[in-house]
Amino acid sequence: MQTGAPFSFERFTFPDLKTLLAKASPLRSGDLLAGLAASSDEERVAARFALADVPLKRFLSEALVPYEDDDVTRMIIDDHDADAFAPVSSMTVGDFRNWLLGDDATPEALKHLAPGLTPEMVAAVSKLMRNQDLIAVAKKCHVVTAFRNTIGLPGHLSVRLQPNHPTDDPAGVAASILDGLMHGSGDAVIGINPATDSPEAMIELLKLIDEVRERIDIPTQSCVLAHVTTAIDVMARNAPVDLVFQSIAGTQKANESFGITQAMLAEAEDAAKGLKRGTVGNNVMYFETGQGAALSADAHEGIDQQTVEARAYAVARKYSPLLVNTVVGFIGPEYLFDGKQITRAGLEDHFCGKLLGVPMGCDVCYTNHAEADQDDMDNLLTLLGVAGCNFVIGVPGADDIMLNYQSTSFHDAMYLRSVLGLQPAPEFAAWLRKMEILDQHGRTRPQLDGQAAQNLLAWSGAA
Amino acid sequence: MSNLTNKKIPSGLDPWNTLRAHTDARIGLGRVGDGLPTERLLEFQMAHARARDSVHMAFEPNSVRNQLDGLDHAILDVHSAAPDRPTYLQRPDLGRLLDEDSVAALGKHAGDYDVAFILADGLSARATHDHAANTLKLILDHLGESWSVAPVTLATQSRVGLGDEIGAALGAKLTVMLIGERPGLSSADSLGCYLTWGPRRGRSNADRNCVSNIRPAGLNPEKAAKKIAYLMVESRKMGLSGVALKDNSSNPELIEG
Repeated sequence: MQTGAPFSFERFTFPDLKTLLAKASPLRSGDLLAGLAASSDEERVAARFALADVPLKRFLSEALVPYEDDDVTRMIIDDHDADAFAPVSSMTVGDFRNWLLGDDATPEALKHLAPGLTPEMVAAVSKLMRNQDLIAVAKKCHVVTAFRNTIGLPGHLSVRLQPNHPTDDPAGVAASILDGLMHGSGDAVIGINPATDSPEAMIELLKLIDEVRERIDIPTQSCVLAHVTTAIDVMARNAPVDLVFQSIAGTQKANESFGITQAMLAEAEDAAKGLKRGTVGNNVMYFETGQGAALSADAHEGIDQQTVEARAYAVARKYSPLLVNTVVGFIGPEYLFDGKQITRAGLEDHFCGKLLGVPMGCDVCYTNHAEADQDDMDNLLTLLGVAGCNFVIGVPGADDIMLNYQSTSFHDAMYLRSVLGLQPAPEFAAWLRKMEILDQHGRTRPQLDGQAAQNLLAWSGAA
Repeated sequence: MSNLTNKKIPSGLDPWNTLRAHTDARIGLGRVGDGLPTERLLEFQMAHARARDSVHMAFEPNSVRNQLDGLDHAILDVHSAAPDRPTYLQRPDLGRLLDEDSVAALGKHAGDYDVAFILADGLSARATHDHAANTLKLILDHLGESWSVAPVTLATQSRVGLGDEIGAALGAKLTVMLIGERPGLSSADSLGCYLTWGPRRGRSNADRNCVSNIRPAGLNPEKAAKKIAYLMVESRKMGLSGVALKDNSSNPELIEG
C-alpha cells in the first residue's frame, strides 16, 4: 500500500493519515502519554479541517499498520464490502459527516452501509463530530442480536448482571444474582468475572447460573468471563456454555498480548454455535474492549487511542457477537483523565461500534484515581440511553468488590429505563411481569412477598 | 467486612437484607422509586471520598521514618521524576524513573546487598502511612541475621517500577517494595508488596511476586510479613522471582530458613 501526499491546513502539515487522525482527536491523556496528541488547540482543529477534506477512499489505500504485518489490517481490507460502500464512496470525511446527520441516512441505509465502512473511516468522522452528533447518528443505527432474548431493539435497554465476588463464593454470587434479577437486571447476560481463570472454576460458576436459569425459566444467557482458551476447554467437557467471552483490541500485537489469535476466536464461535443453546437466535460471542488497552500493552503501533479502539470493533464484527462492551473508564486516568474525557470516549465508542454494525453496550465506569464521580456516570449513562445503547452494566450498588472499580448499578438501570421510557428485552420483560417484578406500568416494583420472589429466595439460600 | 454490611436497613425497605451476610457486595439496599435511599447514597459517597482522599493525600516520609525509630538501617528519601500528583497520575512512565537528586543520593550508598526495602506511596499514601513501617518491622523479625540489608528508601510519587531503579542503584540482589495499592471503595488503606530478584530497568510484572491487600481487614500485616519472608528466602535460594516462584507459605514447614 502506498502512502499518499501529506495533509495540510494553513501553516500546519501532517505527514500521514495516522498522524492526521491522532492530531485531530479530542484531547485525552492517553494520546499525551503516547506522544501523539496535537501540541495546541489550534493544531487540533487544523487537523480536523485537513481531515474533513480527505476522501473516504483514501482509507482503503493507506493502512495505518502495514497489511503484511498485522492481521487486523488484513481483516479490515479483505472483508471490506465495496458494494455496500458505494453510496458514500465519492465522499470526503467532511461530506460523510453531513450525510450521516442528514435525512438520507435512515436506519435502513445505515444498516446496509455498515459492511462498507472501515474502522478508520468511522473513527475519522467521529473526530469531526460533537457529542450531540455522535448521539444523533448512533440513535439511527439499530443493531439487533439474539440468543434466548432479543437485544438492541429500539426503545429497549438491556443490562448485564455482574455478580462478581472476590473468591467466587457461590452463596455470595447467588445473592448478587438474586438482587439483580429482583431489580430487573440480567437480560443482556448474567456475566461473572471469575477470580480464578481455571476450567474447574468456570464450570462451577456456569452450573450455578444455569441452575437458577432453568429452575425459574429465565429467558437470558450466562457467561463466565474466562479466557477464550478456557471456554474452548470447558465446552469440550460439555459444560453449559452460552456465550464465549474475550477481551480484544485493534492490533495483532495487542491481541497477542491477550494470548489470542483470530483462529482461536473462530474455533470458539464454531464450538459455541454447535451447542445450539440459543432459542430465539444464535449470537454466541461476548467481547470487551476499551480505549487505552493497546497502548497499555505497548502495541498501539503509533495509532491514536480512539482509532485503534475502533479497529477492535472490526475484529468483533467478524464473529457476530451478541454483545460488545466498551469498558470505558476502567483503565485509569493515564488514558482517560476525567469525567469529560470518559464521557467523550463512551459516546465515541458507542457511535463507532454502531456505525460498523456492532451490538454496542457500555460499562460506564471509573476508578478512584480518575477525576470522576457518580455524577459523571449519571451523565454518560443518560447520554448513552438517549443514543440507544444496547446495554449497560448492573453491579450491586455500583461497587464491584472483585475488580475494585465503580460501574453502574441495578438502580441506575431502573432510573434510565424509567426516565427514557425504555423496556427490557421483550422476552425478559414478559418474564419480569410473570415474576411480579415489573408492574402494570412497566416500572420495576418487585412484589417481595410474592410466590415468584420466594422461589428465587429459596434458590439463593440453597446456593 | 465493611461497616456497610453491619448496618441495618433503617426502615425495612428491603426485607432481604439478610442476604448481605453472604457478600460484601452492596445488595439489599432498598429503593425509593428507582433510586437509592438517602443513607445508602451517603454511604457510597463517604466510601468514595475516603478512597479519593487516599489517592491525593500527600506522602509524609517523616511520619514513616518516625515509626521506624530504632531500626538498625539507614533511611533515605527518594523521589520519582513525577514532580507532583497530577503529573504522577497521568504519566506512569515518570513514576518509574528517579529524579536526579535521588540518583545522586543512592549512589553514595551503593554496595552489595542481599535486599533493599522500599516503602512507597503508590496510589494510596494512607496505606503506606498506616501499615508500611509495621509490616517492614514484622518482615525483619522473620528474616534473621543472614541478610545484608541496604538502606531503607522512602519513595514519593512512586510506581512499582521505581523499585527496579532503586535496587539497581543500591546494588541489591532483591527488592521488596511496600506500596499503596489503588484504593477500592471499601479498601482505601490497602498495601501491596512486590518482590523482584535482579532489579533493573525493564523488568515486567511477570518477573515479580506480589502479595496484595495487606491491611487489618484484609491480609493482616502479621500474616503478610510471614508470607513475604517466605518468598524472600525462596527467591534467594532459587535466584529468581516471578511466575517461577510459587507461594507455598501456607505450609508451615517451609517457613523456617
